[in-house]
Parts: sequence; C-alpha cells; structure tokens
Amino acid sequence: MLTTLAARRSGRITRAGISPARVGAVIGRNVGALRSGPSYWVVLVSGFFEPLLYLLSIGVGVGALVGDLTVGGRTMSYAAFVAPAMLAVSAMSGALAETTFNVFFKIKYAKTYEAVLATPVRPMEIAFGELAWATVRGSLYTGIFLGVMVALGLASVGGALAAFPATVLVSLAFGAVGLAISTLMRGWQDFDLLTTGQFALFLFSGTFSPVHNYPAWMEVLIQVTPLYHAVELVRGLCLGTYELGLVGHAAYLIAMVTAGLWFAARRMERLLCR
Amino acid sequence: MIFARDLVKRFGDFTAVKGIDVEVAPGEAFGFLGPNGAGKSSTMRMISCVSAPTSGELRILGMDPVRDGTKIRARLGVCPQLDNLDPDLSVRENLTTYARYFGLSRAEGRRRADELLEFVQLSDRAGSMVEPLSGGMKRRLTIARAMINEPDIVLLDEPTTGLDPQARHLLWERLFRLKQRGTTLVLTTHYMDEAEQLCDRLVVMDGGKIVAEGSPRSLIETYSTAEVVELRFPDGLDFNADYAAKLGGIGERVDPLPDRVLLYADDGDAAVAEVQRRGLVPSSVLVRRSTLEDVFLHLTGRTLVD
Repeated sequence: MLTTLAARRSGRITRAGISPARVGAVIGRNVGALRSGPSYWVVLVSGFFEPLLYLLSIGVGVGALVGDLTVGGRTMSYAAFVAPAMLAVSAMSGALAETTFNVFFKIKYAKTYEAVLATPVRPMEIAFGELAWATVRGSLYTGIFLGVMVALGLASVGGALAAFPATVLVSLAFGAVGLAISTLMRGWQDFDLLTTGQFALFLFSGTFSPVHNYPAWMEVLIQVTPLYHAVELVRGLCLGTYELGLVGHAAYLIAMVTAGLWFAARRMERLLCR
Repeated sequence: MIFARDLVKRFGDFTAVKGIDVEVAPGEAFGFLGPNGAGKSSTMRMISCVSAPTSGELRILGMDPVRDGTKIRARLGVCPQLDNLDPDLSVRENLTTYARYFGLSRAEGRRRADELLEFVQLSDRAGSMVEPLSGGMKRRLTIARAMINEPDIVLLDEPTTGLDPQARHLLWERLFRLKQRGTTLVLTTHYMDEAEQLCDRLVVMDGGKIVAEGSPRSLIETYSTAEVVELRFPDGLDFNADYAAKLGGIGERVDPLPDRVLLYADDGDAAVAEVQRRGLVPSSVLVRRSTLEDVFLHLTGRTLVD
C-alpha cells in the first residue's frame, strides 16, 4: 500500500520537477488576456503613472523649494534624490499589483488556478509563472521610468543601465512576497491593510528624505522594512555610489524572493489541492 | 481505467468518502449518483488527481495519482461542477491557453480549438469574452476545454445542472458522440434521466458510501418494481397514511407521501383493479414505469440533506 503511506506522509500530490514549458504557459495566459481585450491594458497602463506623478509634483515641484541636498558627501538636486526612490516604488507597485490584486482574484473568485491545476501544471509552476509575469510588468514600468529620468537629466545613461537590473530584482522580491500575501488574504477588506502598509513604506523608506533625519529608533525600524533596501540599492546604482552596503541590500531582496516563493507555493498547494 | 479499493477522504474530523470500491472499464460511461453531500465531488477530485486520498488504493490509467499525478492529468479531461472558465480570456483563447498547459504547440492548440468550437457549436462566438455567454454555452465551452488534450477519460461533475432542456439535450448528444468515439466518461449527477441517458453503469452514493451498483436497468429491477401506481385522494393531505394502511398487501411496497400514495407493483393495472375492489376511490390514478428516481429515493431516503 505504497499509495496509502505516501498519501499519509505528504498529504498532497508530490510534484515532478518544474517544467519551463508549463511555467511559460502560465505566463502565456496573461499575454492571452492582453490579446483578448482592452480591460487588462487599462490596468497595466494606469499602474505606471502614480510614481511618475509623485516624481513631478514632489521631486520637481517641492524640490524647487528644498534646493540641493547633500547625502553621503555628494550634493544633488532634490529631484535627483527622489527619482531613484520613485523608480524602486514603481517596481514595487507594479509587481505587487500583479501578484496581489490579480492573483487573489484568480484564486478566490475566478477559480482560474483550479482549472489550471486540473492539467499537468503544478502550484510551484503557477507561482513561478505569475512571479515572472509580475517581474515583466514591474520591469516594464522601471524601463520607461528610467527613460524619463534620463530625459529629465535625473540620471546618467550609465546609471540607468546599472540600476535597471536592480529594479528587476526589486520586482522579483515584492512580487514573491505579494504572492505569499495573496494566499493569506481573506477578502477584499484585507487589501485596505495592504494598501496602508504599502503607503507607509512609500512615505518613510528613505524615499523623500534620508533616513538619518528620523529619530534613531525610527531609523532602525525603517532599516528592517523591505522598500528601504530597494531604494538604497537602486539609488546607489543610479548615482554611482558603489559600496559594500549595496550587497547587503541585494541579499535582503534575494531572501524576499526565496522566502516569498517557498511560502506561496506551499500555501497554494494547501488552498487548492485539498 | 480507474480502480479504487477502500478509498477514503477525510477533511479534519469530517469524512467525505468512507471507503468505496470502484472499477471503470475502458470506453465505459460510468456515473456517480447521490444527493448533495454524498461524497461524489470529493471522489471526483481524487480521481482527477488534485486531491490526495486519505487512505485506500487508487489507480488511474494504471498509475498512482500521488506519484504520477502530472502524467495522469495529462490524459484526463476535467469538467468541474462550477464553470471556472477564464473571464479575462476570449472563448478561443480559453482553449488555446489551456492547450499550452498540456504542452501542446501553439499551432496544434489553435487547430484543436477551432475543431472543438465547431464540435460544441460555438464557432461564431470564438472572439467573444466568456461573460456574455449563456449558461449552456459556458458549459459547452468547459467541455470543449476538457477535450483539448484528447483525453482518455473525461470527468464531468454535474454536467447539466442549471441548464435549460434544450441545452441539456444538446450536451447529452455531444457526450454520447464522445462515448461513441471510445472515450471513457465518468460523471456525477443527481438527475436520474441524465444517468439513464448516459450511463452504462452507475453507483448510488449516500453519506460517503456506495449503497448500490449496476446498470440503470438492473438497479430498477433490483430495487424497484416494473411499474409504479401513483394515487391521489381528495382528502389525501391529511389521510394518506390511513389510505396506505388500507392499501397494504397490494404490490410489493406502499409509500405514502404528503400529496400522493405510491404503489410499487410489477403489474400496475392489476394493482389498480385491486384498489377499486377494496372500495377506495382515488381522485386520480397514474400507472407508470419505474424509473431510476424511484430507486434513488428508495435508497437515499426522502429527507432533504442540506
């Protein structure tokens, strides 16, 4: 009675190795949604503008009042300080929107994954596919955003090229955590919590002022949260201030990817393969 | 094709399936009948390899669903109870996207999608989104989707629940064609006419167990009589139990319902003659052939389950 034993031990269907073709098919579903009608395009395009509007209103507008800023011995315009942060934010919000709102809807209401799991595709492959797609979306935003920064003279071409891969990592990190979060969501009311949390990160993670302007306890608190590391990494690469700290920030983001994916795949299996 | 021995599914303290034995042969149309909560859907989920058995032995296509789930699912077509078509995709994209999950090439997916849309008579809606489709169209699309991988077994969980008679008959006809092509069909239903139409063999489930097994004909022969007489009395609402007592001994069994009394007898006309001989005057008399519904109600009781 091998079946019995195996079933008791694992309580779930064991998975064969990850198939890139099936991960590709999960991504392909989202491309299909773009092909099928205008609704998804609206979602995609609207997500891009928020950080850009902040950059223009606060970075450029308020920046005119603030004047230049000296951080780590380098003097720059306020807009040049804010821009890399908005870049990191656009990666975060692009990836999070995809893996929270869209994935949650597919789990809870559209039952999309139930249909997918009736095929050879496994939960881990769904997690990989959705994360890859979220990263494409986040990176699309940051790619365009970097273009805007270069055009406004807020980043050099070299800085932009160096920062782009970092924004991909930021998308991956927040996308993976977003996946994990959406497996825990009970209903839309939980999204209010998420939105509030995201907004707090957006305001305080060294985005609009250097973190050492805050009291020491707050500075420490901020340094524990994820967007801070994303902002610092992206800003460092944008401005060309290479230092060892950047490796630490990258490591933090990589840990987010691993933990988020692992947790999300496990939860999905439990939610959907009962 | 499917072999189950002492199959059990537990969710926490609740046991949905309490040790069932099932065998389905190639090309057969096999049905699970039962009231809501009988364990049909849990059984189907185990067979479709998305839910692992708690204990017991289960082999699908000769393979173990826990170890070879991916390989088995590649050869199954699943039509779930509630349509889970993708609302963000067009009708055709629903099929071509699904084809990719099975590893089919884009060209092959497109070819099969068009063929299947033809088969379920949805070709003219290929570019439409899913939402505006009627219930019957959605169900046909779900069945087309279940066939995209040319499966050896198609699993249908209550395929015609909620459809109007026209849609049901069209669906039955399509499923019958599938069966003629040699596809093994496994379905659940609580519609007796559906079971009689489609199933070669079926099991009746109640409370997580199998309570009867056989062909529709043999089940009727075993658990019911050839004919049923339905008697209504003018003051029957209050006195049907009394009438039933007076009818004792006619036919094999007397079943008083709130609105009528059923007499189970092999010769309906003889039973009616006997009723009249005893001086009882019903306001209406109907002699009909026994159906699976009589078997079903006899086996699973008349009380509402949920």
